[in-house]
Amino acid sequence: MNSAVGTPPGTSADRAVTLKHGAGGRAMRRLIEETLTAGYAALATPGGDRVIGLAAMDDGAAIPLGDAWLVVTTDAHVIHPIVFPGGDIGRLAVCGTVNDLAMMGATEPLGLTCAMIVEDGFPRTELERVQRSMVEACREAGTTVVTGDTKVMGRGEVDGLVLSTTGIAVTRTIVSDAGLRPGDRLIITGTIADHGIALMAKRHGLAFDEELRSDVAPLNGLVRSALAAAGGAIVAMKDPTRGGVASCLHEMADKSRTCVVIHESVVPMTAGVRSAAELLGLDPFQIANEGKAIMGVRGDDAAVACVLTALRAHALGRDAAVIGECVDGPAGRVVLDTGFGRRLMSEVEGDPLPRIC
Amino acid sequence: MSELATFDAARELKFRDPARARALADALERLCTETGRSPISVMHVCGSHEQAIAKFGLRAVLPRALDVIMGPGCPVCVTDLPEVDEAVVLAQDGVRVATYGDMLKVPGTAYSLADAKGAGARVDVVYSATEAVELARDTTEEVVFFASGFETTAVATAAIILDDPPPNFSVLSAHKYIPPVMEIVAEMPGTRVEGFLAAGHAATITGWAIFERFVERHRIPVVVAGFEPLDILAGLVKLVELVRDRTPRVVNMFPRCVTAGGNRNAQEQLWRVFRTTGGRWRGIAHVPNGNLRLRDEFSHVDARTRFRIDLQRLWTHAPSALTQLCICGDIMAGIASPSTCRLFGRECVPDSPVGACMVSSEGTCRIWHQYGGHPQL
Repeated sequence: MNSAVGTPPGTSADRAVTLKHGAGGRAMRRLIEETLTAGYAALATPGGDRVIGLAAMDDGAAIPLGDAWLVVTTDAHVIHPIVFPGGDIGRLAVCGTVNDLAMMGATEPLGLTCAMIVEDGFPRTELERVQRSMVEACREAGTTVVTGDTKVMGRGEVDGLVLSTTGIAVTRTIVSDAGLRPGDRLIITGTIADHGIALMAKRHGLAFDEELRSDVAPLNGLVRSALAAAGGAIVAMKDPTRGGVASCLHEMADKSRTCVVIHESVVPMTAGVRSAAELLGLDPFQIANEGKAIMGVRGDDAAVACVLTALRAHALGRDAAVIGECVDGPAGRVVLDTGFGRRLMSEVEGDPLPRIC
Repeated sequence: MSELATFDAARELKFRDPARARALADALERLCTETGRSPISVMHVCGSHEQAIAKFGLRAVLPRALDVIMGPGCPVCVTDLPEVDEAVVLAQDGVRVATYGDMLKVPGTAYSLADAKGAGARVDVVYSATEAVELARDTTEEVVFFASGFETTAVATAAIILDDPPPNFSVLSAHKYIPPVMEIVAEMPGTRVEGFLAAGHAATITGWAIFERFVERHRIPVVVAGFEPLDILAGLVKLVELVRDRTPRVVNMFPRCVTAGGNRNAQEQLWRVFRTTGGRWRGIAHVPNGNLRLRDEFSHVDARTRFRIDLQRLWTHAPSALTQLCICGDIMAGIASPSTCRLFGRECVPDSPVGACMVSSEGTCRIWHQYGGHPQL
């Protein structure tokens, strides 16, 4: 147990990848930028400069294909517990991939791939359950899994089940997450923090009066109707998954070189999530969502109303609301108007730790 | 709407009403103008107050003439190096250490508990003292609850100690007692503090009358306030009123929870288990009667008597050079602010904190880093 003694303290996090690098905040973006994307940029592809690739750090890549774009995205999924209120790892995998495509404007997924790593001893019934919910999620998204791969590893070599999915789609118009400019309005498609709070409550065995359920859902249908109604007014899109709304907005503001103001009182949140977050000392803006999108809309009130109406007409967008706007100001700054005053909206730093009192 | 949701909405309307908040902020502005001095300096001694002030963005609406100083009100931040070292040594020796999440990253002399955990030690994050006992019940291993917090959380620790915990359970107390440190701040040479905003939750236990002797001795007003935005603004209005009128006394602005005598049952449990003793608060000073330690009759659950804790083996590394530049102490004493610190936001960030104030969500530096301090937004 004394292995720590004798090594200089305080630097291990820089030498090794730690859990903080997986929390979806700045640490993760730095790891990706400094290590995981290095070298690729120098290599040529037939698509040339027009490829929206790793450097864009967007939800997926877009490769020019005639007068359209081939959009491709890939995800790995590990989650504890594997089954949670509102979904399971299978539903999460399909929805995560479909949503990453949708956030690029590609709402018709041509097909998905699924690689599976299973731990020796994993119950068949659970695997069947995961399989069924993947099929169901594919049905909701109007796509299917077209190829896959399966590996089994020894006990303890992998935690239960790991899924990796890839999705492809073709679209004529790309929506990036960097398209904001002052004057644009920001819309969220529904209540925030449902997924992360439901998981945390389940993990810690906390029971609340109101049932907390993950919002995990495929958003391509919702996005399709919003894009159709908007007629080009949706200029930026991103889904606030890990790191929550805060990281999502920071990334959009950073890449767009603009300043964002959010009005807390109009951000939709269920009473259950609000109570649970207050009780656990967690900031709902930093908590993951798996069935929501943030959209930047350009144009007058009528243009914004048009997008809102389209969103609210869809079952997954009933609670959609305008939550803020882009303003002139320091690039990358995200301000929260609390109704009482103003402050910075902070990004998650490492794993959120419960407060003491 | 469910019953819960209705209740929630009613409570929010009452204590989170932006219109009422604006009226209070206006009143505060008028009072400061009437007082005719700038700045008027008041101090709160509670991380939860700072957390609420920052979270609701109140600093953006406070009068420029009013300086609300954050005092030594974060129990995690004032936990001294040797106290962290004790927990680290126990963890390295194979004892399971259970503690509140905030304590994990607090730097000790050479290591934090997070470092120890990274090197293979068993460190469990718990939400409550009860959870730490449950952990002990589920195992035959020795479990030490590294307990921190002021009198509010100390009561919870006392309660589990009195509730016949399992034989493999013990407590390493880093609990602190707030009233003595207010004396230290009031007596500090050159102190600018003209009034104290006292923590409503601690006063729920101790009662507000405990501050009367302090007010008599130092002629500084004390206002007990709660943690909703309206609680804090109303508390500040009352405090500045007392400063303006030069009428030092104790006013309870949190009467829905706090009484003069406090919670006698909790006090009885607290003092049956704990005694006060002098000790260093990190960055502040030696605070006479500022530490809460277990009484002798509870030595069987006291980790300090149960284990031989050899701190010296940690002292093979001097504290880093950066530590010498840390001004957490001055910040907690109200002499400096994070924006005057050379390390703030550069070498010292929540990911790799130099001072404890950057660790806890109640630490001044962490809060400023997170919410932007005095933003002109």
